[in-house]
Amino acid sequence: MRNALKKFYIALIFLFLYAPIATLMVLSFNASKTRAKWGGFTFKWYAQLARNDDILRALGNTLLIALFSSVIATVIGTIACIAMNHMKKRTRTIMMGVTNIPMLNADIVTGISLMLLFISFGFRFGFGTILLSHITFNIPYVILSVMPRMKQLKPSIYEAALDLGASPVTAFFKVVFPDLMPGILSGFLMAFTMSLDDFIITHFTKGAGVDTLSTKIYTEVRKGIKPEMYALSTIIFAAVLVLLLLVNAAPEKKDKNRHPV
Amino acid sequence: MTRINLKNKMLLGGVMLLAAAGMAGCGSSGGKEGGQVIVYNWGEYIDPETIEMFEEETGIEVVYDEFETNEIMYPKVESGAASYDVVCPSDYMISKMIAGDMLAEINFENIPNAKKNIGAQYFEQAKGFDPENKYSVPYCWGTVGILYNKTMVEEPITSWAQLWDEKYADNILMQDSVRDAFMVAEKLNGFSMNTTDPQELETAKNALIEQKPLVQAYVIDQVRDKMIGGEAAIGVIYSGEAIYTQRENPDLEYVIPEEGTNVWIDSWVILKDAPNKENAEKFIDFMCRGDVAVKNFEYITYSTPNDAARELIEDEAIRNSEIAFPDLSQYNNLETFVYLGEDGDALYNELWKEVKSN
Repeated sequence: MRNALKKFYIALIFLFLYAPIATLMVLSFNASKTRAKWGGFTFKWYAQLARNDDILRALGNTLLIALFSSVIATVIGTIACIAMNHMKKRTRTIMMGVTNIPMLNADIVTGISLMLLFISFGFRFGFGTILLSHITFNIPYVILSVMPRMKQLKPSIYEAALDLGASPVTAFFKVVFPDLMPGILSGFLMAFTMSLDDFIITHFTKGAGVDTLSTKIYTEVRKGIKPEMYALSTIIFAAVLVLLLLVNAAPEKKDKNRHPV
Repeated sequence: MTRINLKNKMLLGGVMLLAAAGMAGCGSSGGKEGGQVIVYNWGEYIDPETIEMFEEETGIEVVYDEFETNEIMYPKVESGAASYDVVCPSDYMISKMIAGDMLAEINFENIPNAKKNIGAQYFEQAKGFDPENKYSVPYCWGTVGILYNKTMVEEPITSWAQLWDEKYADNILMQDSVRDAFMVAEKLNGFSMNTTDPQELETAKNALIEQKPLVQAYVIDQVRDKMIGGEAAIGVIYSGEAIYTQRENPDLEYVIPEEGTNVWIDSWVILKDAPNKENAEKFIDFMCRGDVAVKNFEYITYSTPNDAARELIEDEAIRNSEIAFPDLSQYNNLETFVYLGEDGDALYNELWKEVKSN
């Protein structure tokens, strides 16, 4: 009885999580434009998607911005963590607080203040301003996931490497960096998804003629979202699913370079 | 330790340089000889082919950007973040922009197609928000009315009052936006839909509260799908959507209620600090050409004020459609929204909150 209840509960959770996505996927094969009518099975939205330059350009922008901003934010965030690790406890707490604020701040406030900042510096709004603002809001997420890892490190290992004749740079890359890797990686992934998701900040910092997927989809609200978008979302979902399956199916690699912490 | 800190600084500097370089790289604009025109329009509100035609014929590069509501467009334009030339706001937003001194007077000599092709009645209607027709050129227009399912109602719908009929309890869809919802209650009571009289607004508010138990849902664009699917009998809808919904479900009928309604107009305007005013005029003039406007009409399916374009519509049923092209003189009490000022807006929002939370 208890087992059955457990299964039912899990099924319910999955239903809530995946029913909306499933609906969208079904609609992407609907020949009729309205969700209220099933017009027959079709691939035409996928074909039209392949020919729709606007949507593809927005997709390209989204991926480029997500990739660049998360890589740059990861580098900056990791460096910031190293610096903060060497600070006195009080300064470090203050610094952590300062980096946490943008994360707790409402997106719309961040968006508008970035817009005002760019205006007062006379920046030309476009791809570059979106990238800069995405880097800005991504950095705290990287710090958040690298910092705990950093705190677990024993400074003695790094010092031992120095004693054995390694230069600080070599010691960092050979000893500290490998240990930080899991934190850096999850920070990078988090930054990447935050950037993919963002609408509000992008909206306020984008220039004329530059769109990401989220701003593009939002402009279609008044006239009804086009089924091509359903098709694209289905493809993205399927791609992520396949990727996840591959990652989980791959045998766990034993990392020989890892030092015991 | 100091060496590491120095390294940090260098790396940080390098990253910032990289970011700056990325930005500068995107600063270069397309080098077409005719220059640029930067257009800010509603999403899905133009046939992309007409933009290509314009670029080919004039050599002017169109930088095209889209917004989703007037309220989202306004702060972007007002802040001057992206310097737009041509924008396509709705009626009340245009009066707000005129009041804010954001628009340039249009030189109609440079836009001969406007006065030639666009019907005088639309310029007349536009006087509601642009009293001297100095700042705007109508692009799309329509009415707000009732869409009903013939198989689900007992008698033809002709009046806003039928939205208060208990027969249709739980079968009514209302618009989920302040001005549109109040418009229905104000017209029902014979008030102007631009009223700021506290007593009239109180009456309208009470009417909306009284109606609330009968309403199935307050919706925006879900009206379309819900009505096509037969999920409700009566819905308040924009006329532009009526033709599309009828095509999907022939049982649906659109009517302009006898008490009058909102005639909305979206018009082209040129911003006061537009960097490319001449190109902006060329763009608007091009969009007023009959063959171009008819292309846009077929793409958007919202009514066009362009008489030359209407004559070019091949489908006779649409050309003479009472829904797409109602004869405005037949109806009384047609109005267009105007900006009510900050106090007016605040008053409406306050009352609307009371309705929604009641």
